[in-house]
Amino acid sequence: MRRFLRQLALGLALLSGAVWLATGAHRGWTHTEITEMRLDAITGIEYPETRKGFVAGLDLLGGGLGVAAVLAGLSFCGRTKKSCQTER
Amino acid sequence: MNKKNPILPKAGRVAGACLGLLLASPLWGASQVFDFKDPKGVNNAVFKLDAPLEAINGTASGISGKVTFDPDAPERTQGKIVVETASMTVPNPMMKQHMLGGQWMDAEKHPEITFEALKVARVQRDGDHVTAQVTGRLAMRGVARELTVPVKFTHLKDKLGARTNGQMQGDLLVIRAEFKVKRADFGINPAAPTDKVAEEIAITLSVAGAAPRS
Repeated sequence: MRRFLRQLALGLALLSGAVWLATGAHRGWTHTEITEMRLDAITGIEYPETRKGFVAGLDLLGGGLGVAAVLAGLSFCGRTKKSCQTER
Repeated sequence: MNKKNPILPKAGRVAGACLGLLLASPLWGASQVFDFKDPKGVNNAVFKLDAPLEAINGTASGISGKVTFDPDAPERTQGKIVVETASMTVPNPMMKQHMLGGQWMDAEKHPEITFEALKVARVQRDGDHVTAQVTGRLAMRGVARELTVPVKFTHLKDKLGARTNGQMQGDLLVIRAEFKVKRADFGINPAAPTDKVAEEIAITLSVAGAAPRS
């Protein structure tokens, strides 16, 4: 069980980091829309064009690493039944 | 002598009508009404809040309104630009939901943000471009405040045809303005910490209106 929890924690931490890096290592909130500026040739106005897209932010990275840390912590807690019960 | 001449009153009416037509004629002034409802979705307002801990960038696209503009007398410009509050968007969905909610923009109760021009001053011309200081009333979230903003007008004569693939003929008027407002002045969650949400909102307005010729 503890091995499974540690593997799960490691996998989750790696996945969070990989997704964050792969979507551009954005240092803000997670985006579900991507806005790009375009130029209207007639008026010369720069205007935003928004499309659906996903950019992982620090909230997603932090959340993933946080849950991974909790899972890793639980794996230590469950190392021996005695130790956890003694702590209580 | 006192007998009325039946022809004179009629002639007076005709002369009056002719004078009225002449005064209303475009020969005496080229004021045009530009409609800023934009089916192409190009008109936009960009807003930026740059706080020490967080920068928020967003746009609004639901723009309409009418402006009367005369390239020969830009100081007589009048009109109103309307931004639909619900069209404001930021890339994070939760942040957008909060922004349009009751504590912030309260889009349900205050569906429109308006700027109505009251006075145009310090007009400077440079070809098709006119820069001026426009004093107007900005109404947002139920609060109206008078402010003066630098505005650049660009009159694009006969360019409507190019924009509509020849379906309509007429002129275009491009209005660009950059100004800052304070969140607290309009009651936009004044209690929110300024290290996370900046007190100053920088607004960039870029809109084009059309005046079709019939």
